[in-house]
Amino acid sequence: MGLGAWLTTDTPRSRFQARMGQTYNGWRDLVRNPLAMLGLAIIVALVLMAALAPWVATHDPIVQTLKDRLLPPGAGGHPLGTDELGRDIYSRIVYGARITLYIVGIVAVTAPVFGLVVGTAAGYFGGWVDTVLMRLTDIFLAFPRLILALAFVAALGAGVGNAILAIALTAWPPYARVARAETLTVRNADYIAAARLQGAGATRIILGHVMPMCLSSVIVRVTLDMAGIILTAAGLGFLGLGAQPPLPEWGTMISAGRKFLLDHWWVATMPGLAIFVVSLGFNLLGDGLRDALDPRSAPR
Amino acid sequence: MYARFLTATALALLGTASLAAAATPPDTLVVADKIDDIVSLDPAESFEFSGNDALNNVYDTLIALDPKNDFALVPGLAESWAVSEDGKTYTFKMREGVVSHAGNPMDATDAAWSLQRAVKLDKTPSFILTQFGFTPDNVDGMIKATDARTLQITTDKAYAPSFFYNILTAVVASIVDQEEATAHEADGDFGYEWLKTHSAGSGAFTLRAWKPNDSIILEAPDHPYWRGDVAMKRVFVRHVPELATQRLLLERGDVDVARRLTPNDIEAVRNNPDLKVQDEQRGRIFYVAMNEKVEELAKPKVIEAIKYLIDYEGIAGTIKKYQATPHQTFLPVGFLGAIDDRPYSLDVEKAKGLLKEAGYPDGFEVEFLVRNDPDRLEIAQSIQNTLGQGGIKANIKSGTGKEILGDFRARTHQLILESWGPDYPDPQTNADTFARNPDNSDAANATGLLAWRTAYPAETTTPMVNAAVLEKDTGKRARMYEEMQRIHQKEAPFAELFQEVETTGVQKGVDGFTVGGAVASAFYWPTTKAAE
Amino acid sequence: MRAAAEEKARTGEAPPAEALHRGGPGGGFVLPAVRGVAAGRVIGFAKGLGGTAVSLAVTFLGLLLITFVIGRVIPIDPVLAIIGERATAAQYDAARASLGLDRPLYVQFGLYVWDVLRGDFGTSLLTARPVAEDVARVFPATLELATVATLIGVALGVPAGVVAAVHQGRWQDQTIRFLGLLGYSMPVFWLGLIGLLVFYGKLGWIGGPGRLDTSYEFVYDLDVPARTGAILLDSALAGAWDIFRNALSHIVLPASVLGYYSLAYISRMTRSFMLEQLSQDYVTTARVKGVPERRVVWVHALGNVLVPLITVVALSYAYLLEGSVLTETVFAWPGLGLYITNALFSADMAAVLGGTVVVGLVFIGLNLLSDLLYRLVDPRAR
Repeated sequence: MGLGAWLTTDTPRSRFQARMGQTYNGWRDLVRNPLAMLGLAIIVALVLMAALAPWVATHDPIVQTLKDRLLPPGAGGHPLGTDELGRDIYSRIVYGARITLYIVGIVAVTAPVFGLVVGTAAGYFGGWVDTVLMRLTDIFLAFPRLILALAFVAALGAGVGNAILAIALTAWPPYARVARAETLTVRNADYIAAARLQGAGATRIILGHVMPMCLSSVIVRVTLDMAGIILTAAGLGFLGLGAQPPLPEWGTMISAGRKFLLDHWWVATMPGLAIFVVSLGFNLLGDGLRDALDPRSAPR
Repeated sequence: MYARFLTATALALLGTASLAAAATPPDTLVVADKIDDIVSLDPAESFEFSGNDALNNVYDTLIALDPKNDFALVPGLAESWAVSEDGKTYTFKMREGVVSHAGNPMDATDAAWSLQRAVKLDKTPSFILTQFGFTPDNVDGMIKATDARTLQITTDKAYAPSFFYNILTAVVASIVDQEEATAHEADGDFGYEWLKTHSAGSGAFTLRAWKPNDSIILEAPDHPYWRGDVAMKRVFVRHVPELATQRLLLERGDVDVARRLTPNDIEAVRNNPDLKVQDEQRGRIFYVAMNEKVEELAKPKVIEAIKYLIDYEGIAGTIKKYQATPHQTFLPVGFLGAIDDRPYSLDVEKAKGLLKEAGYPDGFEVEFLVRNDPDRLEIAQSIQNTLGQGGIKANIKSGTGKEILGDFRARTHQLILESWGPDYPDPQTNADTFARNPDNSDAANATGLLAWRTAYPAETTTPMVNAAVLEKDTGKRARMYEEMQRIHQKEAPFAELFQEVETTGVQKGVDGFTVGGAVASAFYWPTTKAAE
Repeated sequence: MRAAAEEKARTGEAPPAEALHRGGPGGGFVLPAVRGVAAGRVIGFAKGLGGTAVSLAVTFLGLLLITFVIGRVIPIDPVLAIIGERATAAQYDAARASLGLDRPLYVQFGLYVWDVLRGDFGTSLLTARPVAEDVARVFPATLELATVATLIGVALGVPAGVVAAVHQGRWQDQTIRFLGLLGYSMPVFWLGLIGLLVFYGKLGWIGGPGRLDTSYEFVYDLDVPARTGAILLDSALAGAWDIFRNALSHIVLPASVLGYYSLAYISRMTRSFMLEQLSQDYVTTARVKGVPERRVVWVHALGNVLVPLITVVALSYAYLLEGSVLTETVFAWPGLGLYITNALFSADMAAVLGGTVVVGLVFIGLNLLSDLLYRLVDPRAR
């Protein structure tokens, strides 16, 4: 039996095969969605740009040439112009992709994991554990997210690390809710009961049987949240609470460029476009993913 | 249904288009500024630029600075004064016929009460007065009204009279209407809670409203100002934090004066036939301070090397173009005894040599604190760049003004980019803080002194500063400050970068407005506007 | 709150219904047809309220605790905010004691909760006024902005959603979806800056930063009775139409920038609700009976999604209150977002805590509202 047939069979032999089959079908839907593919292309381009930054960039992103400050796009071999300290904006955006990916990557790994742990534990154990954990989640949900992140960064001090921490601290509650809802649907399933009868402990059941079932909805959420994370990080940078100079963080670049907006529009506009394109990429992909996993809302 | 609603909305929006160009009222001065520094508008407490700008036009002082004559000392509420033989007792003759905004006569009892009040309230700027030996306990005896028109002030030592007269022009020495303020007294606070947000003065304007981070409205009282007619009936100072928009407001005629223009804006305003640019040398000095509690930064060679690793000309010529004059001493030009020696310039090779002699051939790493403000971040990045060329790796850490100041006052910083504005128009203001440090121990906790904050012992200059305030011969006094600056410039852990120039964008028809030069705060009351 | 809380106001894209049916893989969740409220529902509904009140109280206390802790660990020294650069150590200590900062933390927290319960949020360091008074002064500006933004979002978003649903899968649907995603992806502070540059700076079509031109600001401050604090309302009530027009010219851009996000959210939700309705039997029946298609779509189907739509609008409104932080910074809009940001940068903790608690309360309130509405219309949510 070939792989294709194994994936598309109507009679899967295992839960694993069924899941894989579902995923494969989702992937085929996704490939047929041009917008989602555009999003994927943007993200791949971003990753490549970050990985190959030294080769893609034309200049050192840090080195200053005060006499070449504020050159317009195209002048003096600077495709997107130079900033207030004569640094090449194109190269700074290229290197800035690393910071963006770094922030997004770490938040995407930490917040959902924490949310998963809280949500699955609450859903699986129920009772007072559920009450306490969900109350905690509610408290965090009652905060305006950006204001809470602002307050955290102000408390921890400005910097990329603290910005990540603040965003992660404010991003986990939705994952906890999704995970809890998923857990509730599988908690009493036969195979869980079977595992329990075989003497598996709670930790093992949660890790081995419950969490995998929550993964797909969490992954969709993560993709959809990426854009929000990028925008929040850029917002923190814009308010001066993100990456510290001379790091080329995009939000910080907009903030530095805004006082030149009238005569040197490119300084603030270029990094803004970068943020926009990348978060659009994540949104397009996330949207496509959701359709693929939840066909009811898809245009057909 | 929706279509009709949308059409209506679109029409309403189009209708607004015609409104955009508006001129300010002819009897109102509209100023765009940043006023988020204001904490209090009580003259005994106000110590911030924007608050002092307003109070300078709301209250009068005994002796004033003349905005029309290079800020020379002129009589204020006191019409004449004299000092006794022993140099310790000053007698002021009060001007007759001045009434406060509330209509009360302003006489010597108001003056005595106001100065006593500032000493007794003991808010931050009170040190300006207490350096003459006043304390809350003795001040009633040392400052008193002998009759309604005579005020007598006794100091603990025979100070240079010029020093004392200069002090009396400061905002903290403003004369408050005693009757009005006492009417709003609560718990014996001398009307402090009320005066934070209200006024009881005799100046050209009353404080009509202060909306924090939004606006200040000053309004002329019903009766004429004792100095003569004031053309403006109202002054509206508007908080515009986004710098690029100040120029937009000016170009569109929404404001008469824009005080925070960027170098690019200045060029555009210069080229605009409806606008003009006013340059005034201010007293504020930007500097990099090194903390001598840090092992590397305590070495004289390292301090010298850092002074050679700053692109003074580059910063003043690009980032702060039009807004800075290179300046490398602690006294701003315009002050008694100020010198303009500039021995330092960017010299990477020389600095590398010095670092090698100091035992750091490969440089070292250091934390560099800077306020979270676009201009300062640019300056800091330029310095970070040139320090790097010499092998010193500076890691910028930006924070809000208060955050940075907290580290600085606790002596926990390493390198810091800061600025210092004089508190009153006398050289003592900067000499006292930059060059005097009577006790360098942590226990002294002399947080108000920059020399203590940087752990600079100032052994040679401390006695010189103490002596200079007692020198009656003004020429001799000036020479003492000159000498202090030369010593300070050579050894102190301060690299002064430049003295600020304030470039103000003004509508063509607006005359007489000044931000106060090197020594004073803004003057709104001499302003006139040409008829359209 | 639990059932409806899946929707999370701030991540925006997951509304009550959608989140619920995504919650169960393959779950055949069907949106409720909203037709009146049976008496039995109301009783069960009232029972749920008691528990809701307790959990609200706990949430509120947690909100206070977290803001308080953040306020106290902040590295900016609030004392420095009032005494300035030249203060001596003794002046510093005096100011610290007068702020009550020398007492143990738990005492400070206890006093804080007690004060808040009495409606006293303390005195702002920056403005020297009671925080409650400050918030009451700045909040109307934020509410006005968020309301106009929501109006824009609803006026454009609902029809867009209906059109997308009617033309499901065709170019109209794709275009609306793409435009909506653009809205989600735009950094508002950047869009605001560019908009200001183009429409105010270059073209002069609209008013600049702030709520009014300076000259109108006088007239408003002095002559128009501030009944609500919302300039559009106040000036309309006073018949001061020139002020109204000027205020409109100032609010258009920030409200549009903010409204774009809510438009994207509302149109997407409308589409999904409408798809649900259009597949119902009664729609087919109506069509068979010969009811004109426009009436079927815009009256029958749309009428039935109004209640869930209101919950969506409430949630997007909550988001806008938060989104206004950056917008207000860019447009110098003197509202709550700007107030909190400024306070944060000056360690004005009383103001930060007060402002955040108020926004938190509004959040809880709007969540509660949408939750209650949901319980009323959907029996399974109980």
